[in-house]
Amino acid sequence: MASMGADVDKVFKALAAPERRLLLDRLRADNGQTLGQLCTHLKMTRQAVTKHLKLLEEATLVVPIWRGREKLHYLNPMPIHEIAERWIGKYERGRLRTLSELKQKLEGENDG
Amino acid sequence: MAESQFAYVTFIRTTMEKLWQALMEPEFTRQFWFDTVQESEWKPGASWRILKPDGSASDSGEVIEIDPPRKLVLKWRNEMFPEMTAEGYSRLTYQLEQKGDCVKLTLTHVMEKADSKYIKAVSNGWPIILASLKTLLETGESLKETRRWPEGM
Repeated sequence: MASMGADVDKVFKALAAPERRLLLDRLRADNGQTLGQLCTHLKMTRQAVTKHLKLLEEATLVVPIWRGREKLHYLNPMPIHEIAERWIGKYERGRLRTLSELKQKLEGENDG
Repeated sequence: MAESQFAYVTFIRTTMEKLWQALMEPEFTRQFWFDTVQESEWKPGASWRILKPDGSASDSGEVIEIDPPRKLVLKWRNEMFPEMTAEGYSRLTYQLEQKGDCVKLTLTHVMEKADSKYIKAVSNGWPIILASLKTLLETGESLKETRRWPEGM
């Protein structure tokens, strides 16, 4: 059994809050943002964003990279990929993708 | 921001030396990196290429910095798709750190260009290659879909 690397409890805990999923969505749309950039257009205080980012970093879902004095935040898909590898067999993958594409087509691009 | 970048972090239960070896030696890369091998003298300034099973290069560049078994920085350009070759060189960095009984591998791939097609393309490839590398080192077997070069590529 391959190890789950980053503490898997931390990954699930980090994903269990809508605010943190929203931050991941923001990074997915535009990777490598500063704290200030992430805070714009969010209904969260800077302190709250900082707190959520800390949990995301501990779960390695967000990776900080310094560029000069700027701390840029990157979305790291590896923990989610490893969770999928653990429970989704390689033969199921194609069928699941087809179903998921069908769902997206029928429901529009909104993710639930 | 005038650059495109991705960062991946994965924890692998192995040693720094073994992971370092796996990232560059053919008997490992063939198993987790679509049956490819890398050709380089592995010293600063040395040329570097990824060779497909048919012997042609899919990517090329040079070694910028090498500090075994901790850090490797490569200048990296795609050689398969003209629109990506035209974007010029990207920079790939592997960093290895021992964390308890695991090695933390941080991979960053950056192109000094906004909305790089190449960085977007590799961002689809890295997660499966890294997942397969991890599986290989921890279980002795890579993921099956990474053992062959994809048909039609």
